[in-house]
Amino acid sequence: MPRRTMIEAIRDAMDVSMGRDEKVVVFGEDVGFFGGVFRCTQGLQAKYGKTRCFDAPINESGIVGSAIGMAAYGLKPCVEIQFADYMYPAYDQLTQEAARLRYRSNGDFTCPIVVRMPTGGGIFGGQTHSQSPEALFTHVSGLKTVVPSNPHDAKGLLIAAIEDPDPVIFLEPKRLYNGPFDGHHDRPVTPWSKHELGEVADGHYTVPLGKAAIRRAGSDVTVLAYGTMVYVAQAAAEETGIDAEIIDLRTLLPLDLDAIVASVKKTGRCVIVHEATLTSGFGAELSALVQENCFYHLEAPVARVAGWDTPYPHAQEWDYFPGPARVSRALIETMEA
Amino acid sequence: MADAGMLRFHVPEPEVRPGGTPDFSNVTIAAAGSVPRPDIDVDPRTIRDMAFSIIRVLNRDGEAVGPWAGLLSSEELLEGLRHMMTLRTFDARMQMAQRQGKTSFYMQHLGEEAVSCAFRKALEPGDMNFPTYRQAGLLIADGYPMVTMMNQIYSNEADPLKGRQLPIMYSSKEHGFFSISGNLATQYIQAVGWAMASAISNDSKIAAAWIGDGSTAESDFHSALVFASTYKAPVVLNVVNNQWAISTFQGIARGGSGTFAARGLGFGIPSLRVDGNDYLAVHAVAKWAAERARKNLGPTLVEYVTYRAGAHSSSDDPSAYRPKTESDAWPLGDPIVRLKNHLIGLGVWSDERHAQAEAEILDTVIAAQKEAESHGTLHAGGKPSTRDMFEGLYAEMPPHLRRQRQQAGV
Repeated sequence: MPRRTMIEAIRDAMDVSMGRDEKVVVFGEDVGFFGGVFRCTQGLQAKYGKTRCFDAPINESGIVGSAIGMAAYGLKPCVEIQFADYMYPAYDQLTQEAARLRYRSNGDFTCPIVVRMPTGGGIFGGQTHSQSPEALFTHVSGLKTVVPSNPHDAKGLLIAAIEDPDPVIFLEPKRLYNGPFDGHHDRPVTPWSKHELGEVADGHYTVPLGKAAIRRAGSDVTVLAYGTMVYVAQAAAEETGIDAEIIDLRTLLPLDLDAIVASVKKTGRCVIVHEATLTSGFGAELSALVQENCFYHLEAPVARVAGWDTPYPHAQEWDYFPGPARVSRALIETMEA
Repeated sequence: MADAGMLRFHVPEPEVRPGGTPDFSNVTIAAAGSVPRPDIDVDPRTIRDMAFSIIRVLNRDGEAVGPWAGLLSSEELLEGLRHMMTLRTFDARMQMAQRQGKTSFYMQHLGEEAVSCAFRKALEPGDMNFPTYRQAGLLIADGYPMVTMMNQIYSNEADPLKGRQLPIMYSSKEHGFFSISGNLATQYIQAVGWAMASAISNDSKIAAAWIGDGSTAESDFHSALVFASTYKAPVVLNVVNNQWAISTFQGIARGGSGTFAARGLGFGIPSLRVDGNDYLAVHAVAKWAAERARKNLGPTLVEYVTYRAGAHSSSDDPSAYRPKTESDAWPLGDPIVRLKNHLIGLGVWSDERHAQAEAEILDTVIAAQKEAESHGTLHAGGKPSTRDMFEGLYAEMPPHLRRQRQQAGV
């Protein structure tokens, strides 16, 4: 089976979708001729023409707002916001328009759009190229929020998102674009070509939205993670020798609560890891759900490891990033509690 | 250069406030028939002055004059008059129903009926409007059932939107009327996107975007103009300048640009101003702009100069911020009276027939209201179910919503 980077997998998902359905259009800043600043759309304009893949003005509200209009017409736009940090001008269009169009019109109009955006830090991007705003989307009724952690899932989830009849936020952990980064920033990253989840089948396949994956089976403690933190958690489990069961949520909404509850009831312990800031982060929702559903099975308080409640700093990137040392500490404390 | 060295902060003010005498002497109004009608493929650079004039067809004597006249037959004009009269009567009844507690909220069109009623007749089936809350004439003039509109206003058991949306936030794809959000300006860029999609699909349909004078200050207005200009989208960009954004006079949004139409000039978009109280002028300009869009000539910005004679909404009292008599002083008159006088001048209408039509329309509206009320009003009778609240958010209800619906006991 061919191995692909996450960038190639994402590009392949759009390629396959555009090839199968002429209603799929792709646009965004630098997305057309150049193929995007991360090259996710490279070659799509040459292959499908500039009416199917084109450059947009630097105007995120315009990109999402026009995509909503296109979806109302009957197209299936898959647009790129260059960095998740740039999505705020489009937030009104996403939350009050895309998310609610089906509901408020009682299905008279619908909004099958995908809004892709690179998320997370680890590339010295500072406070405006590093954010993880997933909780700002999961808090909104009417959106679906997806965070893939590997090339295989990225392709299958993106095709599923494009085929979904409702708006999907597709957050791409940019630190994973070229390999499974585990937080050890001082070591070289294994490329996806050497990782089994870099295996990406040709052609069409989907990974269903709303289904988590167990990345490491274990019996001591459940780790709930997504995106880059899946690999940080794996490193922490190996380094501590703790037999952690690592669940890659893949989709935050709809959430695979059954997988979470089954695992926590088995292990009796739960550590939640995300790169986004702690307070009111998605970990708070996960923690509450674990408490509500698994209280009588818990042998330790639910722990959260997250980005500090500060803007993402530049020089202090690795002091901010919740790396394997912090996750290891949380695993040990949870086991000792 | 007076006061060099000391900066002064400027806040625009309307000419007159409550207690003062209304004064529109600063409103420059071109004579009916005086503004030329360029070919639709005109170079936008050669008609920049049209953004500062006002296209008018009906003159003071009720005659249709000049190059924008002559598009509509007497029958079509009589139908237009009936649409405007119907909208006004509909508004009066629903405004009263709101006061009677039958719904929470209402927004009327008083004085602005010509804009949406005439515009609708310039479109083709399949075209799509992205309206604001003050274009119900698009529905009335397209034959959308009044009973259905009232069911929505009452949020009753027959409400097509299942009680989920504020009164008057209608939606009808079938009638080319995009779901009204209640947000401001968001629909403007969506209209451009819809038009882009039509062009991408090599279709023949066009879109119409709608916005009020106040909301042109929103960034989505500028997003729409950038996208429309860049992609030459087949869209008519309508700005309804009714002078007032709730209590805020138009000068706060307009700033120093002179007119709202002038906003289009920097984008290279042909930008026209039209007498919004002149049914014939609105229709003629809409037709010109729609034809441009359909012929791949791109967007047109149209500013309809009108006056909001009523309150902003049922929650508003204009006497707190403008003279009570300002509406009567508005120099462009009333759209229904003007079309009525024109038709009388043509010899196809009379005061008697007008009074008779008013009575017939009132009967029709009251009959529709009775039927709607048989399905319930906001606080009485049939209403959408609690289950309806949970449904229709996603194509397929996700597990967390199913759990919440169970918790709610439905």
